Amino acid sequence: MSGKYQKVAYYPGCALEGTGHAYNRSTKALGKALGLEITELKNWNCCGAMEVKNIDPKLQTYLSARNLSIAEDMGFSTVMAPCNGCYHNLKKAEYDLANDPASREVNGRLSNKAGHKTYEAGKVETIHALDWIKQAIGEQGLKERVKNSLRGLKVANYYGCMYTRPRHIFPEKDRGPGSESTSQPHFMDDLLAAAGAENVEYPLKTACCGGAHTLSDSDTSTKLVLNLLTTAEACGADVIATECPTCHTGLEMHQARAEKVFGKKTSVKILYFTQLLGMALGLSPRKVGVHENFSESRDLLRAKGLA
Amino acid sequence: MTIDRDISLDAIAARIDWIAEAPDETLVASAPQLAAELLALGEAILERWLTAHGGIPTQGAVEGFRLLALHRQGARGDPSFNACRETCRELVYQHNLAQSAPIGPQAVRALRLGAMVARHLALFIGGKLEVAGLGEFCCSSRPLRQSDAAAPAIETVISGA
Repeated sequence: MSGKYQKVAYYPGCALEGTGHAYNRSTKALGKALGLEITELKNWNCCGAMEVKNIDPKLQTYLSARNLSIAEDMGFSTVMAPCNGCYHNLKKAEYDLANDPASREVNGRLSNKAGHKTYEAGKVETIHALDWIKQAIGEQGLKERVKNSLRGLKVANYYGCMYTRPRHIFPEKDRGPGSESTSQPHFMDDLLAAAGAENVEYPLKTACCGGAHTLSDSDTSTKLVLNLLTTAEACGADVIATECPTCHTGLEMHQARAEKVFGKKTSVKILYFTQLLGMALGLSPRKVGVHENFSESRDLLRAKGLA
Repeated sequence: MTIDRDISLDAIAARIDWIAEAPDETLVASAPQLAAELLALGEAILERWLTAHGGIPTQGAVEGFRLLALHRQGARGDPSFNACRETCRELVYQHNLAQSAPIGPQAVRALRLGAMVARHLALFIGGKLEVAGLGEFCCSSRPLRQSDAAAPAIETVISGA
């Protein structure tokens, strides 16, 4: 264990308290099984998500900066956000505060008005759950802890859009060997391979799922998701591994909708990478929240000896 | 390879589906031609977007591929267009695999995956033609990216590369 990220602040965000609860449960269970400490931010607020960002991006910067300020006040130099949207927004706030004087001015004004310390760029590092496991434990550390190998499980790793875009808010990526790639992300592939899974070639690992338009233009979202699912199946995948609650829910819901509306049935399963790693460490499917997923994967897990 | 300029997005999608579902023997028999056709269909998809927005699709190339130049042209001033950046690059990659692999299973696999990637591009652009904001989920740092609109024209970028 490297020691880096051994103790981090935890920002679950709204989705992990709702539709993405299985991700919340499995992230916490995985951390505990690996001996990593996470401390949830006290009185955290929404990261600004899509709604605030689209209307007033500087207000979104403030909302995310407030969470970073809380982490700093709690004595943490690192905050881990498993949700791609939260992770993206905290990184964007960091970028804005470092590069945009107007954003700094708004953040300072609103922080004063709210009566808390103004967050300044560079004080707290935001990482994703993938960075957390990759850096704190690493592939070798995982291999040593695997009790129930994922051997025989073919996985398509789907990273979604917000984990790598836009590139300029992720200065630590694309730094060569050991760093994450924005064009061909691989951290999830690396970790699941270490747990014994067989990663399949998946050419749509960062392709759009139509997430933001899932309600306003459902047919487009369903068609995009259906292509993600059929491509994963064509690549031989049993499972699509996810690392974002919005992607995960979108894949699950539109898998059902594709069958209902377009008569297109797909059987590939959808699981969070934290659920797969947790089961590889010997945790039960229930312990990692498989029963909270919308799609049913227990038959497959039983067939693979994971349940 | 050139594609009929008047071909509709639906017709493009139908041709892509045909390639994706063609028997192995058909794909093996004309792998290099079909790889080139998939790339041209990808270009035709991006042309639909550009012309629908009053643009003149570039004839230039980025890294040797017109598809990538068309993507860069479409993304200028519209960061949400970057949601199909890797899709375009994957299409080029599968094209290259299909072109360079020995005629056989590898080429067939590259063609099938290339067709699925091209299908995603068609769905994404078709969706954006209906709802322009599609793709903004990931690229919502729009205010910071507006300066991209004032970037040098694509031809300048290419000649300077």
